[in-house]
Amino acid sequence: MELLSQISFNLQNGFDETVIDLTKEAVEKRIPPDEIMNNGLIAGMNVVGEKFKNHEIFLPDVLLAARAMNGAMEVLKPLLIKDGIPIKGKVVIGSVKDDLHDIGKNLVAILLKGAGFEVIDLGNDVPAEQFISVAIEENAHVIGMSALLTTTMPVMKKVVDMAKDEGLYGKIKIMVGGAPVSKPFAEEIGADAYSYDGANAVETVESFFREDS
Amino acid sequence: MKKLLERLHNGEILIADGAMGTMLFERGLKSGECPEGLNLSRLDILEDIAGLYLDAGADIIQTNTFGGSPLKLASYSLEDKAVLINRNAVNAVTKVVAGKAYVSASCGPCGKILKPYGDTDPEVICDSFEIQMQAFAESGCDVICIETMMDLREALLAVRAAKSKAPGIPVMAAMTYDPTPKGFFTIMGDTIEKTSHELEEAGADVVGSNCGNGIENMIRIAREYRKHTSLPLIIQSNAGLPLIENGELVYPETPEFMALKAKELVDAGVSIIGGCCGTTPEHIRAIKKALGSNLSS
Repeated sequence: MELLSQISFNLQNGFDETVIDLTKEAVEKRIPPDEIMNNGLIAGMNVVGEKFKNHEIFLPDVLLAARAMNGAMEVLKPLLIKDGIPIKGKVVIGSVKDDLHDIGKNLVAILLKGAGFEVIDLGNDVPAEQFISVAIEENAHVIGMSALLTTTMPVMKKVVDMAKDEGLYGKIKIMVGGAPVSKPFAEEIGADAYSYDGANAVETVESFFREDS
Repeated sequence: MKKLLERLHNGEILIADGAMGTMLFERGLKSGECPEGLNLSRLDILEDIAGLYLDAGADIIQTNTFGGSPLKLASYSLEDKAVLINRNAVNAVTKVVAGKAYVSASCGPCGKILKPYGDTDPEVICDSFEIQMQAFAESGCDVICIETMMDLREALLAVRAAKSKAPGIPVMAAMTYDPTPKGFFTIMGDTIEKTSHELEEAGADVVGSNCGNGIENMIRIAREYRKHTSLPLIIQSNAGLPLIENGELVYPETPEFMALKAKELVDAGVSIIGGCCGTTPEHIRAIKKALGSNLSS
């Protein structure tokens, strides 16, 4: 099997040590780092994301694949920076204030990283002000917010309102998700998009960039 | 009062209470504050809420200890107060119900992901649950309710901790499922068939589901459980999934709607019916009234 296909295959199966070893081997064989990333790692994560979306696999498989991805990216990152490979886009992500649930948010972060986006993860219990200030500082393209508790959902509206006040509305895309969140809710508060799961969140972010170009 | 399990095995239908979080926020829980932190300073709030659900007709009243395991409390640096936080909550409800309802000690997820998928060892989670279960046992609750579990392995750790540190106290274990085109699964991929078998094997006395779904999905979940276990079932449904109308969070399922559907839960073989997110004492009152003819107490 071709080396990059092997990387993708092992990543899909969550064999992190093998993925890291194969990535190092690919680097030694002078395969360009962005090619290793796109045709090996991201190709593998795309399959994982697709299978997860279709409920063929579940969170544990995604977590293992993501660990393999992150391990291999540690190898590639210095080389990518050296080669000046531009990032696809920057996403600021977090669970909203008073919400300590972060499984869904972590999953979205993992899959976005897997798709090649730069993700700034603010963690959980993130106040509205922090989403806005970090998005401005980091020149982010997207703000992604997650809530599991219905009581914390109004914070999402606050972030949208603050984005309007700061003149960011329309420039930064805002997407929301989480178990109690719905498309009508996203529309009601003026968010740009609602994502129903991790794989859909990646598709949504990809679509933002297609719209822009 | 007759023993809980005896009544369930006699085919009685019991009503549990509704949401806790919204009630706490309405009574002064501040943004960013630990909900269980109130157990150290505001027992009046806990008593008030227990009283409202008791008046609404609940036979089973939950304690404010969902996030009371030391691992979970650690995110607020309250882990050293775990025993007191759990004891105070059980004592507050016990005082209010005064033998007229069962005191159900709530135990939610620890907030960590087990190895190899996450970074937490099962022993660490087990120790944490054992401390909480021991506190429940010492303060004398009537039943322990392990709930909103999304990882079967974590739920099993909690059930075993309860059985070892609180022997003799009945244990209910409720999982949260996502609806998919292929049926209901936890986020970790556990089916109802698998969870029901393994929870029963670990010693759970009652199994079921809470949160994540409105009552119509819960009826489907209950039917699926009934295929795989003969244990009594508990269902605590959300009042649907919330919408914002005019800037306010609104749960679409009214007390009347849930009460109507609660009869179908009984038909599906459910023994304990209560509410989760979005339900209020009014929902519980309506369910109690609707099931009146089924209730032999």
